[in-house]
Amino acid sequence: MAQRERWWRPGRAEQAIGTLLRTGVLAAGLVVVAAGGLYLARHGSDRPELRAFHGEPQDLRSLGGIVGDAAALRARALIQLGLLLLIATPVARVALSVVVFALEGDRVYVAVTLAVLGLLLYSLLASG
Amino acid sequence: MTILVLTLLLLAVSLAAGFLGALTGLGGGVVIVPALTLGFGVDIRYAIGASLVSVIATSSGAASAYVREGYTNLRLGMLLEIATTLGAIGGAFLAAFIPTRAIAVVFGVVLLYSAWASSRPRPKEGRPSEPDPLAQRLRLDGSFPTPEGVRAYHVKRLPLGFSLMGTAGVLSGLLGIGSGAVKVLALDQAMGLPFKVSTTTSNFMIGVTAAASAGVYLRRGYIDPGLAMPVMLGVLAGSFLGARVLAGAATTWLRRVFALVVVALALEMMVNALAGRL
Repeated sequence: MAQRERWWRPGRAEQAIGTLLRTGVLAAGLVVVAAGGLYLARHGSDRPELRAFHGEPQDLRSLGGIVGDAAALRARALIQLGLLLLIATPVARVALSVVVFALEGDRVYVAVTLAVLGLLLYSLLASG
Repeated sequence: MTILVLTLLLLAVSLAAGFLGALTGLGGGVVIVPALTLGFGVDIRYAIGASLVSVIATSSGAASAYVREGYTNLRLGMLLEIATTLGAIGGAFLAAFIPTRAIAVVFGVVLLYSAWASSRPRPKEGRPSEPDPLAQRLRLDGSFPTPEGVRAYHVKRLPLGFSLMGTAGVLSGLLGIGSGAVKVLALDQAMGLPFKVSTTTSNFMIGVTAAASAGVYLRRGYIDPGLAMPVMLGVLAGSFLGARVLAGAATTWLRRVFALVVVALALEMMVNALAGRL
């Protein structure tokens, strides 16, 4: 325990979480900017349609669909991939918190963070 | 109008919303949904989807700085995130069944509350409080840096705070906002945290809350990439600039002006919804 605390200083968790959040937002932002540029280059002169609500096509609703279409370099799917990265950033932060509390030997909060992580994964991945 | 022109207009409006949202502490999401529905005629479900994404971006960006400064109460934030994520998933599911007109009316009410809450004077710091056994057992008490050195504080009325956070989560999932006003109400008024700890811990939680509802919105097809792209980038850049300016600016009058704008938006949204125009 004493040895573990030598590199696990107080405040280190905060540093790690801060870095993770910043990196996630920056990466998502860069992907969205690049994909947005591609989208405008291809569709910039089309007419927009947002008044009527259709809902997005199935491909842009699921992890598999988005990744598949993005791999085919479809601009809207690439934007959606960036947005997915952004949504994943807080999820990754919660996952990191599980590790942090585990390193601190804090079982109660490992359970608390696992519960939050479970809820987030359910909302992202469950069907329906 | 072409997609290019629309994208540039959306970018400009989102930039302004993010800038003012950061300066006043209300957050960009509060203005972006009325701006998109009233100003651009966007369907409210698409508007909420785009707003949720921008809320995740701004709160994560801001939290990365606050967390390092040592104001955020990580334990309390994580514990209360159980309530906000549960509420957010519930609210996002509700959004599919509630008529969009009713959502617009609820949005108006929450806007009015947020404007009122943000224009009140900040409560005085340094209210002494007794240690609370439940909060102590969960090791929630914390400390934060002040100009006079590190100050400790106690957390009280955890069950009340927890249920208020559930409500904040439902509103976030239903309306696509961060619900910062309700979160600060829970932390500051109910649980007795110092104001700076309340606002930073609230901000810390908003990303996770919004991510929980964003997942549901994405799967329902309410997140349109063409709309969310300029909104997310605009609000993010705007709030980054706003936070820069905030460091030196006297914001009292700006806060009031912005509160009036929000009140006007709220009323217009409710009138339009009741008249069946949304």
